[in-house]
Amino acid sequence: MHQRTLDQWSRGASWLHRRDARAKALGTLALLALISSAPVRAAPLYLGVTAILAAGILVARLPLAAVLLRAAIVIPLSLTFAALVAIQGDVAKAAALVVRTYLSAAAALLLVGVTPLPKLLDGLRRLGVPKMIILTTQFLYRYLFVLVEQSQHMRIAASARGGGRVLRAIGLRRAAGSVAVLFARSYDRAEGIYRAMLARGFQGEFRLLEPTRFGWADSLLLGGLVLVCAVLGWSLPAA
Amino acid sequence: MTPLIEATGLHYRYPNGTAALNGVDFALQEGETVALFGPNGSGKTTFVLLLNGLIFGTGALNVCGIGVSRKTAAAVRRKIGIVFQDSDEQLFMPTVLEDVTYGLLNMGADERVAVEAARKALGQVGAAHLEQRAPYHLSAGEKRRVALAGVLVMQPDVLILDEPTTFLDPPGQRDLVHLLRQLPQAKILVTHDTEFAGALASRAVFFERGKVLGSGPVEEVIQRFRWSLDYD
Repeated sequence: MHQRTLDQWSRGASWLHRRDARAKALGTLALLALISSAPVRAAPLYLGVTAILAAGILVARLPLAAVLLRAAIVIPLSLTFAALVAIQGDVAKAAALVVRTYLSAAAALLLVGVTPLPKLLDGLRRLGVPKMIILTTQFLYRYLFVLVEQSQHMRIAASARGGGRVLRAIGLRRAAGSVAVLFARSYDRAEGIYRAMLARGFQGEFRLLEPTRFGWADSLLLGGLVLVCAVLGWSLPAA
Repeated sequence: MTPLIEATGLHYRYPNGTAALNGVDFALQEGETVALFGPNGSGKTTFVLLLNGLIFGTGALNVCGIGVSRKTAAAVRRKIGIVFQDSDEQLFMPTVLEDVTYGLLNMGADERVAVEAARKALGQVGAAHLEQRAPYHLSAGEKRRVALAGVLVMQPDVLILDEPTTFLDPPGQRDLVHLLRQLPQAKILVTHDTEFAGALASRAVFFERGKVLGSGPVEEVIQRFRWSLDYD
């Protein structure tokens, strides 16, 4: 499962994994700002960002091909918008749109691939992101596992009764019904999880072991990233 | 001796109007292990949720000298530990160690103390080697042990286990019986497994349609309500 792979990646022990979540989040933000503000014709900048991301993936000892492939999940969506731009005659802008989206996705993927979500959210909370957003994201992440598990159980149950062929025969209407059942079952499961959390004293906050501490290596990472982004951004002509 | 749990005339109605409990009287003494029997939907699980202050009904309910209400729910939850039927619902932190420390950290324990206590609880349930594992990668038996450790670490006065043998193979069930026998807490076992109940409980209470129909020694209750796997 996609989120389980990410979860496993994020539990690595590389130098990058050990860095404070705030340094990684802010560094990623700098990269995203650079990507989004880049001019259309800025191949060296895109290559520079690609090199930074590739270096990050290698330092984190993540599977390079798998990360690059997973980041491509955004391409169909960006291609849709790029096609609209290309139809209007601006092919270079369309290409830049696809490249920017892909690099942004890869940067975000690298961030979550080297930072366990609870630590990332804790870092964001320390950076001043509202508690409600943090909590909602935490629940969303946990319930995503629930949703996927439930859908897998239902798929297996349907397959055991010839579901694939039946589904094709009965069409979308019954499939929509299955989705409704999936949500109802996931809701019940989510209620169960929430009850179990309350039973163990949940008071609206996930407390972590080893809360992150911002050290010199974190300053080095963040400072280095911001500096490289500034140099790359400054060295290119305005859009 | 004052019972650890004392319920008198307990009623509960679900938001859709279904009456789940219709006047339950129940008492649990210190050190006692009681099995709750009864058909599905008879109110057993609803009853234990009330005991833990997770839902609130009407009637008198005292847990370890605390009257259960919304105001006292947090204190009540420290006294009662529930191991839920589905361990997957109970294990939600990224690693086993983080999951077991979860309750203690919520209670305001220092991180070092919480980790020490969690390791001790994991050792107690024979799961010390799992502390860095992700809960969703464990077997059903391992999950059950970790879920139990997550509750034991909070040192509750009463331990409630909801269908504890579900998903467990016979060796897993045997291990669980041995483990539970060593725990000093009073226990409530919500179960359909009469053998498991007989191995641990001194008394059984039979629920039906939200009422307690009878109570007594486990074998006697099984006979009286024909609550066994006798296929003849």
